[in-house]
Amino acid sequence: MTAGTDRQKLQYIAARAADARVNVELETEGMTLNIGPQHPATHGTLRIVARLDGEQVIAAEPIAGYMHRGYEKIAEVRTYAQVTTLVNRIDWLGSFANEVPFILAAERLMEVEAPPRATWIRTLLFEMSRIANLILFLGDMGVQLGAITPVFFAFRDREYVLDQIERVTGGRFHPNFDRIGGLKDDLPKGWLEDTKRVMDKVRTFCDEIEDLLMGSEVFQERTRGIGVIPPDVAVQYGLSGANARASGIDWDLRRDACVGLAYPEVDWKVWTHPDGDSFARFWVRLQEVREATRIIDQLADGVPSGPVMAKVPRIIKVPAGEAWVSTENPLGEMGYYVVSQGDLTPFRLKIRSASFNNVSITPWLLRGVYVPDIVTILASLYFILGDIDR
Amino acid sequence: MTSLLGLELAYWQSTLIRVLAGLVAVLLLTGGVVYLYLFKFVSFMQSRLGPMEAGPYGSLQLLAEVGKWLQKEDIHTEDSDRLIFGLAPAVVLSSTFLMFVVIPAGPDLVIANLGTGIYYVLAVSALSVLGILMAGWASANKYALMGALRAGGQLIAYELPMVLAVLGVVIMAGSLNLQDIVQAQATGEIFGISAIGNPFILTQFVAFAVFMIAVQAELTQTPFDMPIAESELVAGYQVEYSGIRFLVYFISEFATAVAFAAVASTLFLGGWALPASWGLSDGVMNVVGPILVATKAVLLVGVVFWTRFSFPRFREDQLQRLAWKVLIPIALANILLTAVFKVAF
Repeated sequence: MTAGTDRQKLQYIAARAADARVNVELETEGMTLNIGPQHPATHGTLRIVARLDGEQVIAAEPIAGYMHRGYEKIAEVRTYAQVTTLVNRIDWLGSFANEVPFILAAERLMEVEAPPRATWIRTLLFEMSRIANLILFLGDMGVQLGAITPVFFAFRDREYVLDQIERVTGGRFHPNFDRIGGLKDDLPKGWLEDTKRVMDKVRTFCDEIEDLLMGSEVFQERTRGIGVIPPDVAVQYGLSGANARASGIDWDLRRDACVGLAYPEVDWKVWTHPDGDSFARFWVRLQEVREATRIIDQLADGVPSGPVMAKVPRIIKVPAGEAWVSTENPLGEMGYYVVSQGDLTPFRLKIRSASFNNVSITPWLLRGVYVPDIVTILASLYFILGDIDR
Repeated sequence: MTSLLGLELAYWQSTLIRVLAGLVAVLLLTGGVVYLYLFKFVSFMQSRLGPMEAGPYGSLQLLAEVGKWLQKEDIHTEDSDRLIFGLAPAVVLSSTFLMFVVIPAGPDLVIANLGTGIYYVLAVSALSVLGILMAGWASANKYALMGALRAGGQLIAYELPMVLAVLGVVIMAGSLNLQDIVQAQATGEIFGISAIGNPFILTQFVAFAVFMIAVQAELTQTPFDMPIAESELVAGYQVEYSGIRFLVYFISEFATAVAFAAVASTLFLGGWALPASWGLSDGVMNVVGPILVATKAVLLVGVVFWTRFSFPRFREDQLQRLAWKVLIPIALANILLTAVFKVAF
């Protein structure tokens, strides 16, 4: 980003500041505060330029792009099997979930269907990466609000989940396990029983967080009524995932548009919260972790037998065509639009990641809040920088 | 000539001995508190071990940390006001050390036995605001300035409930002198029973609670740590400090915790004294007293850190609301009730 565009941004913010509807009892000179790109509240390199009056935000503007890695462009010179390595690194906390929609899109173009066992294991790992991702949110929210103990519990219990993912895939963070037509390998022996034990631990963790953090009066004081997103605004800004569900929008792709995953086979529930504030977003994610443990328990009981790989040619050439597949990832709706011209590589790959839309609401949401609430709101919107910048 | 523990010494000699002994005691206690709570207690709370390599169970970790800080470059930002920037940590630290001057550790173990002891403690503890504002302004950093202004508002707001809470004790003891307050607790009796004296926590438990909450805020520990709030202001007024100057802030933070805990144990838990009915001589108390008051202080610091690592932090306006709308009315009601009961009994 050049200095010229920076100045334009600041002018834009200053112009917006004039008509911001803020009750100003005491007229003081404003101050521009640059939050980020290196700031603990931005989970990486998001930058927020805020115009302040005292501690009140008059206008704020998020500036993304400090971690842009050009995956969409790189994917055009990588074979389909190589692209999963790239997309693993988009949302690095729930990596496996990033591979699934891409593979599903490629499978749709090739008219291949993964065998049932592969589908079930995919769903299992998908939900495990959701837990690995959201557990960290539950702890990190505490850190952002000043309680440093919950995050250590989060890292402790996340380790059990990562161990399970590692036993199957060989990778803790970047499994790179999904293949067109199925999976690389079958489950190791005894894995399903161990996973159920880990799910018990995760449920205990959820209870701990509920006692330690969510039940704390200070936490409630800091989050209730802070950063309220009405449902219509959430839809306008294209929020998805738990952020939308916390505004009372009953929309979950796992239930409403499930493609190629085993969700219809299990009994589970979509959690929503009517308030739309930071507390609601935390609460919904906590319930989603609990629900994910229930889903995994049920899936583990009923994994069908059979092969984990369909018959696919050794050299994968995807027939010409276009496909769009999106799934309900830990951060929200994530989709891939794959355009193929019958080559070894995608002709064009468009990645729709949830966090980009989720942070786009911040200029609207941060207007008029206090500086500490910026942190609360950013933490509760829960974005991953890799998921914004790609 | 003055007498110190039965020795006849020149004034400068006794002053030097008192100051050096005080300094050593304070630094040892502070180091112990850092190791015990910041390194170990919190680690066990967070299901980890804490430092384990430097010395047995990591007991020499603090020395390693101090060595690290001493080696680091002492950075000034380009726009900072160098003189004020350099002086600010010294002001904060001197405010801390001045508090220890009047805290008694035995019948004769006090650096200066001032008639207005508790008044003096509260006055010098407020000096640290000055150092913090200096640091925030001289750093030429927006985060530092915001942190310093928050600290200014917070420390001044919580001086008031603290002073009002102490007034209850002063009414009970009938003196501002800390030695007299200790003696009043040692010689006091509860309904004619003098076996445990009358530690003021039994009658002034409301004042004790208000005092400890105010201490938490004065120390800027979570849930009242918005002046340094690392997740929003990065480190507030400390953000531009590094090396030895940061070390000074670090020492002062924990030494102040020890100082306030020692004051609280003197005011509410009987200080160095054992009940007068036990009939121990001054000579014995000069040995036992420091251990007693240090133990009580360390336990109270434990309460402070336990709270610190359990709670999220308040927002600035919520903190002010708590001070002005909750703590001050409670403290005032406590004074009124104390005065009424004092006259009635």
